[in-house]
Amino acid sequence: MKLRKILKGIYALWYREFKVFQRERSRIISSIFMPLFWYFIFGGAMGSVVNVGGDYRHFIFPGFLAMTIIFSSMFNGAYVVWDKKIDFLKEVLISPLSRTTIFFGKALGGLTDSLLQALILMIIGIFLGIPFTLVNVPLTIIMLFALAVGLVSMGLIIGAFMESPEGFGLVSSFAVYPLFLLSGALYPLDNLPTWMKILTHVDPAAYAVDGLRGAILGTSAMPYLANLGVVVGFDIVAITIGAWAFNRMKL
Amino acid sequence: MEAIQIKDLTKQFDGLIAVDGINFSVRKGEIFGLLGPNGAGKTTTLMMLSTLLKPTSGQAIVNGFDVVKHPSEVRGSIGMVFQDPSSDDVLSGYENLKLHALMYDVPMADIDAKIDHVMDLVGMKDRKDDVVKHYSGGMRRRMEIARGLLHHPQILFLDEPTLGLDPQTREHIWGYIESLAKGQGMTLIVTTHYMEEAEKLCDRIAIIDHGKIVALDTPERLRHHLGGDLVFLTGKHLDAEKFKGLSFVQSIEASNHTLKLCVTDSVKHLPKILEIAGPLEHLEVHPPNMNDVFLHYTGTEIREDEGDVVIQRLRTYTRSKTK
Ligand SMILES: Nc1ncnc2c1ncn2[C@@H]1O[C@H](COP(=O)(O)OP(=O)(O)OP(=O)(O)O)[C@@H](O)[C@H]1O
Ligand SMILES: [Mg+2]
Repeated sequence: MKLRKILKGIYALWYREFKVFQRERSRIISSIFMPLFWYFIFGGAMGSVVNVGGDYRHFIFPGFLAMTIIFSSMFNGAYVVWDKKIDFLKEVLISPLSRTTIFFGKALGGLTDSLLQALILMIIGIFLGIPFTLVNVPLTIIMLFALAVGLVSMGLIIGAFMESPEGFGLVSSFAVYPLFLLSGALYPLDNLPTWMKILTHVDPAAYAVDGLRGAILGTSAMPYLANLGVVVGFDIVAITIGAWAFNRMKL
Repeated sequence: MEAIQIKDLTKQFDGLIAVDGINFSVRKGEIFGLLGPNGAGKTTTLMMLSTLLKPTSGQAIVNGFDVVKHPSEVRGSIGMVFQDPSSDDVLSGYENLKLHALMYDVPMADIDAKIDHVMDLVGMKDRKDDVVKHYSGGMRRRMEIARGLLHHPQILFLDEPTLGLDPQTREHIWGYIESLAKGQGMTLIVTTHYMEEAEKLCDRIAIIDHGKIVALDTPERLRHHLGGDLVFLTGKHLDAEKFKGLSFVQSIEASNHTLKLCVTDSVKHLPKILEIAGPLEHLEVHPPNMNDVFLHYTGTEIREDEGDVVIQRLRTYTRSKTK
């Protein structure tokens, strides 16, 4: 009964996020074309200088899936700031829903956006000759899901604390670019200088990329489940902080 | 039974005291008006009662729950029509209302019928599927009023609900709001700058100025408090000094060429007043209305931030268009 109200509240917020997502076609299109653009330009250029022991474009495809998740998930937090600005957040915060419920509803909305974008990219991947099978597709989706949960939460945490879109843009890029560049999405991490290598060990996206590469291409530093375990650990921490941030968020 | 009890409620914004130790109670089923000039603290008060703002000090009990200790129970008892637009303009009116219905746990089977009902009430039924971005300012307002009515709260706050609405719509909406209070025992707290509406609709009115309650009573009694009728004299050679000290003149206000007197037993004393006044260009006598009461308690000077507030409000209404 109480649970029904909570689920209905989560559905309410998801409903809204999804409607907004549907209406903002330009965002969907750009979020799919950006990785594709990188894939061909960057993949073509780097492929000629980097030796990854195979087709470089295949090597970076899992990285591009992760990239889509990283950017779209974190960006999603900007909606919290936007909601503050258009006063829509008042309407949500004055409802009987708890802040924790609101957090989960928003997170679910962001998660849907991110995963849909990644799924479209996976379909494109089939045409690019990425060796998807009935086994590695679910493993890929599970890993993308796990990565998105934590990053959507991170975006929401930043959104909860920021008051202006500019502030959000600044702080989130400070988080997004290290996460992305240290994830190994674009290049193998083996030959990095030691200090950078240490940093890659605390980058949850690096484990996700390794896990994706293992699932899709069969080459990884760590076993899939170990990678997944680290990412899920990151999720739990991010969700906890996210729920806390929403509970202390001021208008 | 009291729907709302407020004790020494205070809100301070770094240095500025927006609400200054106010006290009052609102009975269940009452329509309670909160009037005051721009910046008086009306919205801040409603924000504290609805748990969106934490009071600096003092206490407020809403529907039996303390706003600080049991905010979620309070939120479960109330509804709010905000002063500023608070809908998502990417969504349609219907979608905004559906979101609201889901958040407030309106039974799934009833949602569409209820949305139709309230949208019909504000004359928006045939526009409900349009995106809010394409509504006019008044239409958006009407949609948000409909949204506030959707879940039938026990206590409904309306912060200047009819600002910018045409007279027909205002009349229609107030009629319905009144029926909610009288027929279903809903408690209503209303702020408005339309004095006539407040006078007609409210069971009791509190006048708030500089964060303090300066008067609180039924509209009728507030008018009687002034102590007489208002006499407006206009002429070139009027001298306010001559009226001072007369027992039947309660108050005098002078502005260029016009004197405003509050006179007890005006019919009886008018000849005397005309005699003192000398030649006049214009004479007007009327019993005080809410406007007079308001000006009496809050003074006639325009608040410094009034212009800004109006401009800012216009901006919020047009913001959606420039997005
Ligand atoms: N978030 C805030 N931070 C700082 N000051 C604020 C804040 N909100 C309101 N104030 C100040 O508190 C005072 C009361 O504002 P409030 O919005 O309650 O007035 P109001 O009576 O609703 O006025 P209006 O008729 O213009 O709506 C004003 O001086 C305003 O500048
Ligand atoms: Mg106000």
